[in-house]
Amino acid sequence: MAGKVLMNSETMTETVTRITREILERNPDANKLVIVGIRTRGIHLARRLADQIEKKTGIKPPLGTLDISLYRDDLGIKDEWPELKKTDIPFTVDKKSVILVDDVIFTGRTSRAAIEAIMDFGRPSIIQLAVLVDRGHRELPIQADYTGNRIDTNTGEKVKVLLSETDGTDAVVVSQE
Amino acid sequence: MVFQRKHILGLEELDAREINLVLDTAASMKEVSERDVKKVPALKGTTVVNLFFEPSTRTRSSFEIAEKRLSADVLNFTLSQSSVIKGETLLDTARNLEAMGAGVIVIRHSMSGAPWLLAKELHSSIINAGDGSHEHPSQALLDLFTIREIKGEIGGLVVVIVGDIRHSRVARSNIWGFLRLGAEVRVVGPATLIPKEIEYMDVKVFYTLEEALKDADVVIMLRIQMERQGSEYFPSLREYSKFYGLSREKLRIAKDDVSVMHPGPINRGVELSSEVADDVNSVILDQVSNGIAVRMAMLYLVASGGRNV
Amino acid sequence: MKLLIKSGRIIDPSRNIDRVENILIEEGKISSYPAETKKLEKDKKINLIDASGKTVSPGFIDMHVHLREPGYEHKETIRTGCEAGAAGGFTSLVCMPNTNPINDNASVTEYILLKARKEGIVNVFPIGAITKGEKGESLAQIGEMFEAGCVGISDDGMPVMNSKVMRHAMEYVRPFNIPVISHAEDKNLSGNGVMNEGFFSNKLGLGGIPNASEEVIVARDITLAELTGVHLHIAHVSTAGSVRLIREAKARGIRVTAEATPHHVMLTDEAVLGYDTNAKVNPPIRTAEDVEFIRDGLKDGTIDAIATDHAPHSEDEKKVEFDLAPFGISGLETALPISLKLVTEGVLTLNQLIEKLTFNPAQIVNIDRGTLMVGAKADLVIFDTEKAFTVDRMKFRSKGKNSPFHGWKLTGHVEYTIVGGEIVYSA
Repeated sequence: MAGKVLMNSETMTETVTRITREILERNPDANKLVIVGIRTRGIHLARRLADQIEKKTGIKPPLGTLDISLYRDDLGIKDEWPELKKTDIPFTVDKKSVILVDDVIFTGRTSRAAIEAIMDFGRPSIIQLAVLVDRGHRELPIQADYTGNRIDTNTGEKVKVLLSETDGTDAVVVSQE
Repeated sequence: MVFQRKHILGLEELDAREINLVLDTAASMKEVSERDVKKVPALKGTTVVNLFFEPSTRTRSSFEIAEKRLSADVLNFTLSQSSVIKGETLLDTARNLEAMGAGVIVIRHSMSGAPWLLAKELHSSIINAGDGSHEHPSQALLDLFTIREIKGEIGGLVVVIVGDIRHSRVARSNIWGFLRLGAEVRVVGPATLIPKEIEYMDVKVFYTLEEALKDADVVIMLRIQMERQGSEYFPSLREYSKFYGLSREKLRIAKDDVSVMHPGPINRGVELSSEVADDVNSVILDQVSNGIAVRMAMLYLVASGGRNV
Repeated sequence: MKLLIKSGRIIDPSRNIDRVENILIEEGKISSYPAETKKLEKDKKINLIDASGKTVSPGFIDMHVHLREPGYEHKETIRTGCEAGAAGGFTSLVCMPNTNPINDNASVTEYILLKARKEGIVNVFPIGAITKGEKGESLAQIGEMFEAGCVGISDDGMPVMNSKVMRHAMEYVRPFNIPVISHAEDKNLSGNGVMNEGFFSNKLGLGGIPNASEEVIVARDITLAELTGVHLHIAHVSTAGSVRLIREAKARGIRVTAEATPHHVMLTDEAVLGYDTNAKVNPPIRTAEDVEFIRDGLKDGTIDAIATDHAPHSEDEKKVEFDLAPFGISGLETALPISLKLVTEGVLTLNQLIEKLTFNPAQIVNIDRGTLMVGAKADLVIFDTEKAFTVDRMKFRSKGKNSPFHGWKLTGHVEYTIVGGEIVYSA
């Protein structure tokens, strides 16, 4: 893929390890943790984080997936509309520390939708957000709690996160549209 | 895949990919119905009007629940046919509702094609909740959804539709839907209720239930509408029931794992013997709860869908 | 006033004429066919139409129209109907009695004729009802309506279901020597049908009208015509079976004639797809097989005339549920170009087509029109068989814009319509 490689396989693994460490520093009680990946690539990152947490603590946090389509604020405005997939959160979030996981934070609208969705499932004691890349240009007062990489982009650029689970390789690439 | 349609008017116009998209979306919607908080904000700010010219508590309630679970503002508008014929035209009524801000109009009408008229003349999205003897897409989609859940796959199934094929919108929509997804479709009923040239829809025609039931995976029993059929089409309900009612003995001709469906409400002892009705009740109630998820999917897809068609 | 029509291709089937000639019209009549026109052209009192490259024929006679007046003036009036007719090349319109009140007595007939004289720019010949109120029960004032000017009787739209009443009507009317025009339909068989019964009615979930609904009454009326000796005319033949029945009856020497409409020879029931109420008509548009039979019937003379069954309705009446929309097509202004397709498609020669639009209908209703012989009333049409145009129903002169041919690209354009020597329409 043409474009600037921002992260390769090696640095991505380092980043996930660092985020895991930060999560555990701020949430000492691993028993309270639940990890929820936002479709599509957030799911795989969430699984990596959960695996790392289990490795470090011996506790496997419950892992869920979230499709935020039903919580978006642009229904019928956008032309391209992703297919609605299943949300799967087969555990309670009440009194839990929910770590929402996404690949990129951009406008903040997806994160807002995800927060709203989680609140429909119960009343967590805290919701935190972990992202691999923060590309700026926020349209809402939302920040990630754990950020892999912060980069300056212009809105015309495309930030693509490739993951071995779906794309055969791990990388973050910035390209002009 | 992106849903390009502004309206869902009938199964005839949907291709297999579109039908599967509705069913897949419905599967996701079913999860919402299983939550403690059965509500998502997808249609927040969208006004949905249920414009019903025929009394139909079931379909209307199902649509209403679906709309509310998607956070739409819901307006129910139920009119008796006679008052409409005397007064305002359908188009004028619908234009008024549109002027009140209806983004989606769900219409049930006793005359075939009424939803097409609205789709042609209005800007709102139109969902057909049953038109005359023509189509009943939400019923067929929920039947397909239910069967896909039970059997895993529609392709290759033998589906038998029993009863008043001539006047049934459920029959027509199911014929198109099951055919599109690769099933074999058979129709069976009294010769007076099997319309001429129905075989050109690529269905197999039978006049005896026993023959039609051989190797059947799915049996869809249509409701006999006593008010509609009168004595013109068959001599008596007793005779109808004797030849076309589903009893346990007749059901044995079908496959062991046959699913029996009925769009409801059942006339016990007419279409189904009471024992069969109780046997299969679980599927019929599945149909009802799946109906909400399927209707949520339909609403969501037309609201998010293309402004193209 | 004098009118000279120069160098047109004159087609006059009444005299078996097809040649380029000049026509001189004086005092509303065909006066002569002058070979030399130089002197006439210099005469300031003679209007000149150069018809070179154009076809000139007797004005068309539509033996089946609904002018809607009295009673349904929102659909059409005698004035607008006549204007539409003139624009379509028609110089005579034969109008059906299902007005309000129904034309079942001489006073209604007289009203129509009076209105036509005052406001109509073409000739109007009324048809009287067979039964009072078209109720199929007791005979209408047939003799008095004949005296007042009716040229036939028909319960068009509401066919006489009682065979005995029909028999008596036929017996009674025979001495007046006017035809009984049969809208052949068994209303019980049609039931709540709104289109042809078959694949497309199944698909659309609409009530179907079977072919048999027409054919059982065609058969009945032929049988009664044989019994009574009346001249029976079968209106708007729509099915293969009707063509067979009429062909056989003619072969057996029964006095039966028949007409077909442009829409029944050019459309199939697929036209209804999308619930297009402009294609809702009774008898319904049928299948390709029926169309073939009707075309054969036109070709071999089984079907004598082309008539439009011009049935104008207002836009509001058609913009409703298909079941609620009234039956009918506004046909006067597309009749010629649609019928000309029969010529380009090799079904009829141009001469045969004109015969079915002029001389034959005049013979059927027994009026002194449909010919260009010297001394005849100067009713003519001048048209261009090559000129192409696109049908725009909103431009119809008829109040009825209900046409299934909207948007069709057609050839054949009326240039002048002349009634009694007066130009009543020019393109």
